[in-house]
Amino acid sequence: MKSTALVLLMGAAVAATAPPAQRAGIPAATFATILPPAPGVATVHVDAFELDRTPVTNAAFAAFVRSTPAWRRDRVARVFADERYLAHWRDASTPAPGAERAPVTQVSWFAAQAYCEAQGARLPTWHEWELVAAAGPDTADARSDPDWLQTILSWYARPASDTLPDVGGAPNYYGVRDVHGLVWEWVLDAQSMMVSGDNREQGDPDALRFCGSGAVTMEQKENYAMLMRIATLSSMRASYTSKSMGFRCAVPRPVPR
Amino acid sequence: MMSRLFAIAALAWLAVPAAARDSDPPGSLYRFEAKLTSQDGAAHGLDVYRGHPVLVTMFYGSCQASCPLIIDTLRATERAVAPKVRARLRVLMISFDPARDTPAALGEIARTRHIDTARWTLAHAEPADVRTLAALLDVQYRQLPNGDFNHSTSIVLLSPAGETLASTHALGHADEALLKRLAQ
Repeated sequence: MKSTALVLLMGAAVAATAPPAQRAGIPAATFATILPPAPGVATVHVDAFELDRTPVTNAAFAAFVRSTPAWRRDRVARVFADERYLAHWRDASTPAPGAERAPVTQVSWFAAQAYCEAQGARLPTWHEWELVAAAGPDTADARSDPDWLQTILSWYARPASDTLPDVGGAPNYYGVRDVHGLVWEWVLDAQSMMVSGDNREQGDPDALRFCGSGAVTMEQKENYAMLMRIATLSSMRASYTSKSMGFRCAVPRPVPR
Repeated sequence: MMSRLFAIAALAWLAVPAAARDSDPPGSLYRFEAKLTSQDGAAHGLDVYRGHPVLVTMFYGSCQASCPLIIDTLRATERAVAPKVRARLRVLMISFDPARDTPAALGEIARTRHIDTARWTLAHAEPADVRTLAALLDVQYRQLPNGDFNHSTSIVLLSPAGETLASTHALGHADEALLKRLAQ
């Protein structure tokens, strides 16, 4: 009797002090996307998944690099990461002092995907990321809220600084942090972002380079913040790194039996 | 099931650096150990034509539009080089539609298109490798809800050690810059 109470008490103490799960659960959703899956299709369905609550930190990436030395900046094959890969770290396996809790940047798509796969995860797809990025503090879709849009835009207008703040900004509706306001983020299908801002491809000789139905046209042209995300991603090759490009990982949520 | 798939993907990826061929140049695409299967069922890597200059491209077999043009473009490139170069040159076409382009389906394409499989390989890639291959070859693709694909076309000329010597997005004719590099 006594011992049961003690166990219960201990359980409560553990629950009270345990940090929130590393990943937030995102329910399945169908939503209006800025990047339609096909011409004339405005919405996309995203299955339930779990997403890291914060971008991956320098400390977490350092642990990965120590356990997988092929991803050290002095060992990585150039084909997987350009010469700026982790160049801002103190040495090949140690982040700059004080930057342990800041998001890791200057990582290539290959490196980001390798990190996620080592955690049994993968990068989120663009549509998964976009779904979570549409959330405001209290609503799943804040995209029609002009105040919210303005808050986000003001971040994009801020000049980039050399020192990134630590992760852990205010959570959004899903409990996911730093989706806006800290870094750009790699997505799994970054190579799929064949985008034409208008229908220029029609009658264009370059259209031949696209097979199938041609490049998709973007919707929601007033959503500048999202357009900038896509423009940035589509300008990056998978081996490129950038001072402001980080990432987080996702896992598909197992289908309940 | 999905998580097991990703676990397998993780293992496959982790095998890459561990098994990396340190003898390959740092910029060699052969640093990536892809699991490919050719139209005759033979398992091999991206380096199936190691030691040869090779034209590498990605495609999908059920494409009716510009994909037949890829084969025509590769043939035009072969025809445009000197016989001595042509004898060494190889072609590797990798499908980004592993679900439909099984090795058997690729064999059928090879037959109907009269492809000389002594010098050309049509390859099926493991699903976990497709995105990475596309990234390495600078091919953009996305699957449409009806199962078809949007994709860009890229023909990459690799050196005998797997380094990118030239690449082109042009279709329908042999690319001049690529031909120049082949002649060197």
